[in-house]
Amino acid sequence: MSENKPKQENLPRVGFYICHCGSNIASMIDVAEVQKYASGLPGVAVSRDYKYMCSDPGQEMIAKDIREHKLERLVVAACSPNLHEETFRKAAARGGLNPFYFQMVNIREHAAWVHEDKKSATEKAKDLARAAIARVRFHQALDKKRVPVDPNVLVVGGGIAGIHAALTLANAGKKVTLIEREATIGGHMAMFDKTFPTLDCAACILTPKMSAVKAHPNITLLTYSEVNKVEGYVGNYKVTVKRKPRYVKEDLCVGCMECIDACVFKEAKFPDKFNQGLGKRKPVYIDFPQATPKVVLLDPETCIELKTGKCKKSCAAACDRKAFDFNQKEEIKELQVGAIVLATGFKAFDAKRSPQYGYGRYPGVYTALEIERLVNASGPTSGEIVLRDGKHPKAVGIIHCVGSRDAKTNKWCSRVCCMYSLKLAHLIKEHSGAEVYNFYIDMRAPGKAYEEFYDKLLGEGVHFIRGRVDEVTDWAMTPDEEGKLVLRVEDTLAGFVRRIPVDMVVLSTGLEPQADAQEVRRRFNIGCGSEGFFQERHPKLAPVNTFTDGIYIAGACQAPRDIPDTVAQAGAAAAEALALIDAGFVELEPNTSHVVEEECCGCKSCVPLCPYSAITFDEVKKKAVINEVLCKGCGVCAAACPSGSIRQNLFEDDEIFSEIQGILK
Amino acid sequence: MNEQFEPKIVAFFCNWCTYTAADLAGVSRLKYAPNVRVIRVMCSGRVDPQFVLDAFARGADGVLLGGCHPGDCHYAEGNYKTLRRMRMLERMLKGMGIYDGRFRLEWISGAEGDKVKTVINDMTKKVRALGPLDLPGHFRDWDKELEELEAHVNKDSKKAEATHAG
Amino acid sequence: MPDKPKVAFYWCASCGGCEEAVVDLAEDILKVVEAVDIVLWPVAMDFKKADVEARPDKSIVAAFINGAIRTSEQEEWARMLRRKCQVVVSFGACANSGGIPALANQFKTETILKYVYEDCPGLDNPGKVRPLVKSEDEGRTLTLPEMHGMVRALDQVIDVDYYLPGCPPTPKLIMAAVQALLSGKLPPKGTVLSPDIALCEECKRKDSKPVDLALTEFKRPHQVQIDPEKCLLAQGIVCMGPATRGGCEALCPGGNMACTGCFGPTSRVKDQGAKFVSSVFSNIVPKEEKEIDAVLDGIPDPIGTFYRYGLSKCLLRRKLN
Repeated sequence: MSENKPKQENLPRVGFYICHCGSNIASMIDVAEVQKYASGLPGVAVSRDYKYMCSDPGQEMIAKDIREHKLERLVVAACSPNLHEETFRKAAARGGLNPFYFQMVNIREHAAWVHEDKKSATEKAKDLARAAIARVRFHQALDKKRVPVDPNVLVVGGGIAGIHAALTLANAGKKVTLIEREATIGGHMAMFDKTFPTLDCAACILTPKMSAVKAHPNITLLTYSEVNKVEGYVGNYKVTVKRKPRYVKEDLCVGCMECIDACVFKEAKFPDKFNQGLGKRKPVYIDFPQATPKVVLLDPETCIELKTGKCKKSCAAACDRKAFDFNQKEEIKELQVGAIVLATGFKAFDAKRSPQYGYGRYPGVYTALEIERLVNASGPTSGEIVLRDGKHPKAVGIIHCVGSRDAKTNKWCSRVCCMYSLKLAHLIKEHSGAEVYNFYIDMRAPGKAYEEFYDKLLGEGVHFIRGRVDEVTDWAMTPDEEGKLVLRVEDTLAGFVRRIPVDMVVLSTGLEPQADAQEVRRRFNIGCGSEGFFQERHPKLAPVNTFTDGIYIAGACQAPRDIPDTVAQAGAAAAEALALIDAGFVELEPNTSHVVEEECCGCKSCVPLCPYSAITFDEVKKKAVINEVLCKGCGVCAAACPSGSIRQNLFEDDEIFSEIQGILK
Repeated sequence: MNEQFEPKIVAFFCNWCTYTAADLAGVSRLKYAPNVRVIRVMCSGRVDPQFVLDAFARGADGVLLGGCHPGDCHYAEGNYKTLRRMRMLERMLKGMGIYDGRFRLEWISGAEGDKVKTVINDMTKKVRALGPLDLPGHFRDWDKELEELEAHVNKDSKKAEATHAG
Repeated sequence: MPDKPKVAFYWCASCGGCEEAVVDLAEDILKVVEAVDIVLWPVAMDFKKADVEARPDKSIVAAFINGAIRTSEQEEWARMLRRKCQVVVSFGACANSGGIPALANQFKTETILKYVYEDCPGLDNPGKVRPLVKSEDEGRTLTLPEMHGMVRALDQVIDVDYYLPGCPPTPKLIMAAVQALLSGKLPPKGTVLSPDIALCEECKRKDSKPVDLALTEFKRPHQVQIDPEKCLLAQGIVCMGPATRGGCEALCPGGNMACTGCFGPTSRVKDQGAKFVSSVFSNIVPKEEKEIDAVLDGIPDPIGTFYRYGLSKCLLRRKLN
C-alpha cells in the first residue's frame, strides 16, 4: 500500500521551536527533551527551545533562523493557536516565509496545564510535535484575499425599519436605494392610529421620516417595485429590480388628486386595501393622503381604460401636468450594491384560520388592523366606531392571542398584541364609550413604560378577563344575548365559564412572516428559522447579521417586534452595513475550500451542503464551483466529496492524514 | 506486561466549541488523563470517516470526535452532517469488531471545559478496561501467514504427486 | 522473426467473469492473439506449471492476474508470476481490492468452514469431513492449498504495476491496456487504467439529479419501480456512482441498475466505503438521532453495500476476531 509522504531527500527544511512560557510549560514538560527529540526527526533543520517564543526576541529568532537556515516550514510548540497563531504567522512573514507554512502545537492549555505526570506530559508533547512536523510538510503557500466593497446600499422594505435604516445610512453619506413593494412607504405603522405606550399619533411621528426619505439627496426611492434577482457576494451584489407600472409618470405627478375627482366613477366603488377593505376607492387612487411618493396610480383590474381601452379618460384630461401614460410598461433596473438590508416586515395572521372566532362569518368580528383604520381620523369612518350595519356598539370584546401561543396555528408569542390590545381598548372606549372587555392569557408588558400603560388601562374601567375565548357565537341562550355576539370563555381567575354578549369583537391577530418569506429569503440566499422568520447569524450576539455576509435583517421580518426595538434594530443593521463599507475591503481567511475542476464529476453531492450557498453548479461545465469569497472554511464539503475532488486549504486530506500518522507512529 | 496498558486516544476537536472548551479546561487548570492527542479542525463536519478508520488502523485504541451542540454549530449545520455520518460509521465499526465506546462522538460547547475533563477521563478509563486495540499488531499477525505458508507449501510441493490444478 | 511478446493470464479467487471479459473482446481478440504469445491461460489453454516455472525471470512481458488471494496456491502463483514477468497487471475488482470474495473478511475462517462443511442446509456430510492440507491415500501424500485467514488484494501480496478496475473490466478498457503495453506507452507505475474521475461524469442520468438532494429514506432496488431516466440516488436507491471511478460508460445505470462500486475509488480516496458514507449521509434530512437511525435502517447491510468489492482495501482490513 502506498504511503502519502514526500521522499526523504525532498523534505522541506523545518524549523521547530518549543516555548518554556516561563514555567507554565517548562514545569510540567521537559522542553529540552522535546527539543532534542525534534532535532532528530526527518526534515528538521533547526530545533530550539526558548523562554518566551511570543516575545519580540523570540519572534526575531524565528525570522533570523528562516533567513540564515533557509527554513521552508515553521512549527512552534507553545500555547493555543487561538492565542498566538497569528503572532507566529506574522513572524514567519517577517522572515520572508509564507505565513501559512506554519503549524502551531498546543502543549500548554492541552498538556502542561492539565496533566500531573511530567513523563506522560512530555511524551504527549513529543507525539504532538512529531505530528505537526509531519503535517507542516504538506502546507501550501496561501494568501489572504482582499475583495473591494461597493459603497452603495440597498434597503428592501419601506416600513419603519427600512425607513430608519435608509436614513441612517444616507446621513452617513452613503448612497441608498430604498425599495418598497407597495405604492407608498410607511408599512404597517402608517395604518396605525396611535402607538403604545405614549399614544403618539403614528402618522405624526412617521410622516416626517417619510418626507425625509423622499427629500434626502442620498436616497433613491423605488416604490411599487420588487427585487427579482440577486447575484454576487459581499461587497459586490448585482440586484435586478422590477418596477410595476402606475400608468402615471412619477416625476410629473404632484399629487393634487384632481384626477381622482374627475374619474368617470362618480362614487368610490372598490375595496380599499389600505383601509383593510372597510373603505372604498376609485380605480385611480392614492393609498392615503400622506403617501410617499405623493403620486396616484391606476388599478389595472378596475380601470375601464386599462381593461377595455374604451374610457373617456377624464382623469388624464383633468391633469394639467400631462402625467398620465396608459401605455406605461413594467421597467427592469439593475443595481450594484455592496450591502443589503432586508426589512420586509410581517404579515398579520389570517383570522379565518381560527374559525371558532367567526371572522368572515359574523360581520361584527374585526381584526386589530381593521379597528386601527376605524379609530383613525383619516380612516373610512373618520374615527367613528361604527359597525358594518351602521350601528354603534355598546359592548366590545377584544380577544388576545389570535394566531399566537396556539398549538393549532402559531406557537410563538407575537410580542406586541397585549400592548396594542390595551391601546385599542383605550381608543375604543374613548371614541365610543362602549363597555370594553379584554380576554387575555397573560398580560405581556415588557417594554419601557409598558407596565405603567397597563396600570393606566386598569384604572379606565376596561374589564379584564383572564381566559382563552373558546368561541364567538350568535346563538343566544338568554334574551339579552339576542342579536349579540356571545363570547364563551373560562374566566380562570373567577373559576367558572362565562358568556359575555358584545356587539363587536376585535381579534388581536399575531404577527407572522410575510406570505412569500421563503421565496424572498431564497432569492437573497439567507436562511429561515422553522417558523419562517429570517434567520439571524446568532440569536444573542449577531441578531442583525445573517449567514450571508453583506446581507443584514431588521425588524419584524426577523421576529415579532415593537416599534422601539424595530428602530433600534434598523440602526444596528445600518451600523453593520457601514462597518463593512467603511472598511473598504473584505479580508478573507484562506482556509477556504475549492473544487479541483478536472477531478469533479458533477455529482452535485456538495451543492446543498453549504449554509453560505458558496457552492453552485455550473450548468455549462457540469461541475461544482465554490465561490471562495463566500466560503467560510468549515470543510464539510471537502469531507463529503465522494471522489475526493474538493480541497480545503490548511485542512487538506494529506495534512490531516499525516497528522494522524505523526501522532501514532 | 510490566507496565499497565495506557490507551492512545486520537481526538478531532472542532475549533469553535470543543477545542475552545479544551483551552478553557487548560486555563482553569483542570486535571485529566494524558492519553488524548487532539487534532484541530474548523468544524466537526470536516471529519471524514476515513480519518477515524485511519486512526484505528495506525494504532489508536480510541477515537473521540468533539463538536458543537446541535443547533449551535458555528457554521450552522456542520455538526448535523457529522452526526448523520458517524451514526452509520458506528454501525460499520461494530460490524468490523470495534465497539463499546472506542469510537465516541460528544457535543461540547465552548464554555464546557469541565465536560472536556469528564469525557476524557471517562473515555480513557473505559478504553483502558477494554484493552489495546492494536490494529497494527493484528495486521502484522495476520500477514505472518504470507511467509509461513509460502515456506510450508514450497517444502511439500515437490513431494506431492497429485495437486489441485489452479 | 523476433519473438512475439509473451503474456500470461491467471485466475485466483475469482468467478471467471474476468476471463469472460477477455473473450468479450470478440473480433478484437484475434488482434491480441496475433500480436502476443499467450503462454498461460488456465481457462482456455492447457499448460504445465513446471513449464511456467522453468521460464527465465522477466521473460514474460506481462501477466494479467485476476481474482483475490485466498489460498496458499494463489499466493504461490502470484509470487511466481511476479518473478517471471516484467509487468503485472492487477485485473478486475477481486485482484484490485478483494472483490466479492473479500466479504468473507467479516467472518472467521473457522466460521466459514463450519458453515460450508457442517451447517449448511442441504448438506450431505454426516462425517463432517473437511478438506485437509495434507492427507494420505494408498501410500501417496495428497496436498491441498491452505486457506489463508483473510482474503487479500493482489498488491497486498506482490508488487503490482498497473490496475485494471471493474467487475469485470470492460472489453474497451482491456483492449486499451493491451495496446498500451504493446506500444510501450505506459503511464507511471501504479496507475489505475481508467479515468481518474467518478462515474457521474459519464452517467446519462446526471442531469436529472437535483442540486438540493435531501433524502428521507433509502429504498432497496426491489422495493421501487426504478425510473430508467432519473438519477438513482434521487430515487432513494443507494448508487455508489459518486464514489466510484468511471470508465465503464455507466453500464449498470444504463441497465436500470444502481452502480455498486466495482471500479473502486478515485486516486484521491483511501477508503471507498468510508468516503461514500461521508457523502451520502450528509444529504439526508433528519437531525434527531432517532429519525436518523430510521433512515439508516433502510440499509440493512452497510458493510456489504459500501464495501461490496473493496473490503480488503478497507483501512481496517478485516473484522476483528
